[in-house]
Amino acid sequence: MATEQTERREWTRPTAFYNHYVKWTVYLVITVFLLWSAWNMRISLDRMLQGWDAAVELLVGMFPPEFTPFKTDLLIEGMVESLAMSVIATIVGVIISIPIAFMAAENIAPRPIYWLGRGIITVSRAFHELIVAIILVKAVGIGPLAGVLALSYKTIGFFAKLLAEEIEDIDTGQMEATEATGANSIQTLLFGVVPQVMPRIVGLTIYRWDINIRHSTIVGIVGAGGIGATLLNAFDQYDYDFFMTIILAIIAVVMIGELVSTYVRGRIQ
Amino acid sequence: MLSVTDLQKTYPSGDEALKGVSIDVTGSETVAMIGPSGAGKSTFIRCVNRLTEPSGGSVELDGVEVTALSSDDLREARRDMGMIFQEYNLVERLTVMENVLSGRLGYVSTWQAFRRNFPPEDVERAYEVLDRVGLADHENNRADELSGGQRQRVGIARAILQRPKILLVDEPTSSLDPETSKAVMDLLTEIAAEDDIPVLINIHEVDLAQEYAERIVGLRDGELVFEGTPDDLDETAKGQIYRGEEIPDVTTGAQQSATTDGDATEGATEEGEIRRG
Amino acid sequence: MTDYRTWERRTPRQRLVRFTLGLLTIVVAVVAWTLLDVNYSYLTSSPEEFMDLFNRMYPPNMTYSGEILSPLIETVHIAVLGTALAIVLSVPVALLGAANTTPNRASFLLGKFIISASRSVNVIIWALVFVIIFGSGALAGVLAIGLRSIGFCSKLIAEAIEEIDPGQVEAVKATGANSLESAIYAIMPQIKPAIVGVSTYRWDINVRSSTIIGFVGAGGIGVELNTAINTFQWQNVLTILIAILALVVFSEVVSAYLRRKVR
Repeated sequence: MATEQTERREWTRPTAFYNHYVKWTVYLVITVFLLWSAWNMRISLDRMLQGWDAAVELLVGMFPPEFTPFKTDLLIEGMVESLAMSVIATIVGVIISIPIAFMAAENIAPRPIYWLGRGIITVSRAFHELIVAIILVKAVGIGPLAGVLALSYKTIGFFAKLLAEEIEDIDTGQMEATEATGANSIQTLLFGVVPQVMPRIVGLTIYRWDINIRHSTIVGIVGAGGIGATLLNAFDQYDYDFFMTIILAIIAVVMIGELVSTYVRGRIQ
Repeated sequence: MLSVTDLQKTYPSGDEALKGVSIDVTGSETVAMIGPSGAGKSTFIRCVNRLTEPSGGSVELDGVEVTALSSDDLREARRDMGMIFQEYNLVERLTVMENVLSGRLGYVSTWQAFRRNFPPEDVERAYEVLDRVGLADHENNRADELSGGQRQRVGIARAILQRPKILLVDEPTSSLDPETSKAVMDLLTEIAAEDDIPVLINIHEVDLAQEYAERIVGLRDGELVFEGTPDDLDETAKGQIYRGEEIPDVTTGAQQSATTDGDATEGATEEGEIRRG
Repeated sequence: MTDYRTWERRTPRQRLVRFTLGLLTIVVAVVAWTLLDVNYSYLTSSPEEFMDLFNRMYPPNMTYSGEILSPLIETVHIAVLGTALAIVLSVPVALLGAANTTPNRASFLLGKFIISASRSVNVIIWALVFVIIFGSGALAGVLAIGLRSIGFCSKLIAEAIEEIDPGQVEAVKATGANSLESAIYAIMPQIKPAIVGVSTYRWDINVRSSTIIGFVGAGGIGVELNTAINTFQWQNVLTILIAILALVVFSEVVSAYLRRKVR
């Protein structure tokens, strides 16, 4: 064992990078990048102090929240429009998504149709809902129609993707057994596939509805209808009490939506 | 020496895991604690270094009363007690060397620990211990790349690096196959003998206990029901420990002790085969 | 006359429930549609409008691509700084919000409250709030992205903390290590993959978010996009959209690579 003559061995922790020089270079690059980013923000003490004052003013202005009849009407009107948009967008989006999901399921769709389905999903997922909404506002005009179209469009990428994954996971034995009775392909889908994915369709629909409620409260910021438009107006008119009231109302609606959605999905599964 | 007196542990649920157990471990002896599962073997070992807080009694290591220590002093006392675990409890995502060096954490500052900047003599010793347990050249492997037997060897190395005054060993072989178990037990007892460290080991394989221990204690329902040499552990004693048979002390039958010897010889042969393999 | 036995898939009660639910859905849908008060002429003319829009967009204005380079870089800066801010703040929040590390019941609820408050406000609304406070610019964007991400990151890190193997922590403690040392040696290695995974994943999401916070003046490429749309420079719009697409794909590839690297 231990001998006096043995030279002392050293040990340094192996690194995930190729060697320690690479490691330090990577760390240095990250640090420099962060500093560059921070420098670009033009953060100054002055600005921070002003910001502090503005934040205090905003918080003080928040109380009491504005509940004059006129403002309350605006709030309710906007919120109802948002909810209506979320309902329609979910229904329209899901109806379009279901066939696309079957197209994009590797185990039942022929190759070219599979790629088409995947393509549609990828395109739908590529842009943020507000970018889709702002373009649609220019195409179909300001108002809830643009919002409904934007949300339906975004629903496709989400819903069809998850449903397609679900279809890919089904038990093919049930499908084969149905086919073996001499059923045609539509009948096979109806008796061998749909019963397996039905609970998931309902669950996903409610989940997506929850997400659409969240999005329907903000697409109004670019003119696509709902409470977001009211919010942007309050912001533009420096009406910060009402602005904060709307935000609190949005939080409340979003949280209720999440609770309901979690509860219903729990009941289904 | 370790001297445990009237150690008690009652869990908040009201379960009495230990009902006053007293054991002394002296010199460089190997004491095996056997007993059915749920008898309180693990609780006992864990109460010695207070990973589980005992409810009563005393634990004394070289004159230091462990149960009375503040958390700072407890850390110092823990440096003197090397512990080896059933599930190895290596930090899976760290390298073998880091796991072994963690045996020195009680001696270095937090900043040194953070930098992995251990004193050169610790690093050298870690290499030596790794050679000793047969894991030379594995120092940069991550612990989760090793097999069960190799992991337990790292566990032994970590405990040895503490230069402990006693080794507390909690079911070292129950996650291992029989051959690896023997190899690990050989290693453990050899190292302890070389470094002159007493070992308190709790183990459920009776044959391993008889083969490796100098003294055996039997625990049943939180009480000590047997204490003696491996030869004393006859069928009657086993019945007492494992089935709770109330039988007054009877002198060991010649036939039974012969059986035990036979077991031990057989064990030695297997051990020889492993060494060759 | 043979008396055939009839078979119905569902009991009358089940059918009634299903019928009621179906009817309710239809009523809600119809009411929602009427509430929206959609101008049908917009709807019928929209396909033409799309074609028209596309014709005006194509071909993209390539000379413009030089000008959007700096806002694109700003977008990445916002995403990086916002994510960094979120991670730094989420580790303590996660420690509060994880059942096995939180000091007491009150701190646990505080942790959960921060997580849910941060998640229930959309990034664009956070952006509006910070534009009010700090004026328009990238700083508001960073703070908006940062605060929005805290909930997400803390939630996932807290879950990782709740799943650590306590045996490894115990073993390190048994060698005589202090609590900080056991945190460094036994807790950090176990949650490191989660932290790296969560931060790269969230960075990817944040790159997408930071392309739109410019709509309310919080910096990034969204500012340019908003201007181009409002001034009807459709060819520039297409250029920006292509640039955003490239950026999003780039961040997805980078984040997938990093997550694979840390195992």
